[in-house]
Amino acid sequence: MNRSASGFLFSVLLLLSACGLNNPQDSAQSPASSSQTYIENKGSDTLVNLALAWAEKYQNDHPEVQISVTGGGSGTGFTALINGTIDLANASRGIKPEETDEAQKNGFEPTEFIVANDAIAVIVNPLNSISQLTLEQVSRIYKGEYTNWLELGGEDRPIVRLSRETNSGTHVYFLEEVVRLGSKDDKSIFSSDTLLLPSSEGIISEVRDNPNAIGYDGLGYVTEEVKMVALASTPGGGYILPSAQTVKNGQYPIARHLFMYTRGQPEGIIRTYLDWIMSAEAQAIVTELGFVPIASQQ
Amino acid sequence: MKRRQEKLITNIIRIAGSSSILFIMLIFFFLMREGLPALTEVKLSDLFSTRWYPIEDLFGILPLLSGSLIVTVFSILIALPLGVGTAIYIGEIAPKSVNEVLKPTIEILAGIPSVVLGFLGILVLSPLMRETFNLPTGLTAFTGAFLLALISIPTIVSIAEDAIYAVPNTYRDAAYALGASKWQVIWNVVLPAARSGILTAVMLGVGRSLGETMAVMMVTGNAPTVFRGLDSFIAPVRTMTATIASEMGEVASGSLHYHVLFFIGIILFVFSLIINVSSSSTLAKRTAKSRAKMVS
Repeated sequence: MNRSASGFLFSVLLLLSACGLNNPQDSAQSPASSSQTYIENKGSDTLVNLALAWAEKYQNDHPEVQISVTGGGSGTGFTALINGTIDLANASRGIKPEETDEAQKNGFEPTEFIVANDAIAVIVNPLNSISQLTLEQVSRIYKGEYTNWLELGGEDRPIVRLSRETNSGTHVYFLEEVVRLGSKDDKSIFSSDTLLLPSSEGIISEVRDNPNAIGYDGLGYVTEEVKMVALASTPGGGYILPSAQTVKNGQYPIARHLFMYTRGQPEGIIRTYLDWIMSAEAQAIVTELGFVPIASQQ
Repeated sequence: MKRRQEKLITNIIRIAGSSSILFIMLIFFFLMREGLPALTEVKLSDLFSTRWYPIEDLFGILPLLSGSLIVTVFSILIALPLGVGTAIYIGEIAPKSVNEVLKPTIEILAGIPSVVLGFLGILVLSPLMRETFNLPTGLTAFTGAFLLALISIPTIVSIAEDAIYAVPNTYRDAAYALGASKWQVIWNVVLPAARSGILTAVMLGVGRSLGETMAVMMVTGNAPTVFRGLDSFIAPVRTMTATIASEMGEVASGSLHYHVLFFIGIILFVFSLIINVSSSSTLAKRTAKSRAKMVS
């Protein structure tokens, strides 16, 4: 009895969620009817803490506006923007041509705004004696060509590679700029025994606990308990640690923009909110959270 | 008046009763519609290849199949002796006072959300595994299997206990009268008589393990590697459920990747169908057989 009842409930839930998938317009349209203004903001996990901090501050100053922020990955954000469930997509990578096509099919042109900058830190356990690597070495680690830290001058330990899931913008960026070293013709991919962890925190916690691990994460996520590796783009070049300074002056080799995307040209409250994000006040929060502010504000 | 009321209520109950058939049909239809196109869009040899990397259009599902099988088989190897042992203890050995504590405790175990177990798995079990067995990482198939065993044990216990309870007392009395010890009664009389019910319990435990998502996603490391011998038990694996859960959010509906994810859904559906059908057929066989025995 009990089992069949819960089975029934589950089927109902499944059906409900299937219906939800079919009319994504609902949630976007209904809020507009009330006196409050809602902004639905979703996407990149790298950006989610920053977007939350912005939303909190903005709601404090403008109680009539409500902003809901959720993560899920850049790809998730773009899908939601295309399907019309959200107003503002966070992304840690640029939109792909296929996604632009999808958006145009749904009748709008996605508009891109650069809202902050971020460095990707390569991290290892503090017990690991390695403290600097070239980009090529990192690439060969992730391609599975190095399997023991001994080969890189470290201790005799197996290398455990950690990565974000494939729906993460950070994953795609790392694949293009590090694993493939920025070469468009290079089709190499992550070694198949690379662990794909569902969250940035998952990577930090495994690197913190496991002396064999190597991982990568946005600079804003890196805590004191893991060790950042200094990177060099060429073997002879200087090894640079990621920081706001080295990102701003262009020395650190793997830094990128973080974006927000809107459906068409933003209007009304969304425009105002984006303008505020570009302001010095909002960009100060960027620095507080360990990201790098956009240059035009300095 | 009364007759009409009666009829109305009967009809309402009939609709409620048959609605789950309708839901299953709808789910099945939906899965087929979204998943079958994968078979024509991806070459079969590519679909059953060994590399899963969807953002480069590599849709080899073998690593996912092998990941799910490894984790499920291993979890049952752990859960079977523990679950059946607990059921025997509850049904045959434990005094009533112990049962009053034991049964609710097992129900609580069944009620713990799998995400909470996954969380404990990451924080406690996985570092423990790595240090005790000196593994490269604690996020392995074995860690996942262990959590899945915890999740499927309550199911196995409750159904196996029902089966043991259903063994008529006359069987036991007859054995005792012949001078059998308690262990001999359990091993030679009760267990054989409850065999098919215990098999059902295990099958449903398998179904529970195969379908579980959150806990395995958190602790198995999700690396799409193919089975390569016993090593795979202590290496990271990626299951079908975890793949669907972590990738469904990103795919554009109607894309190749979307269809392949639904195709994986079909495979899971078919697996659980096979498990359910085979467990209910053993159940049917058992009732038929025990009826036959009664008559003779």
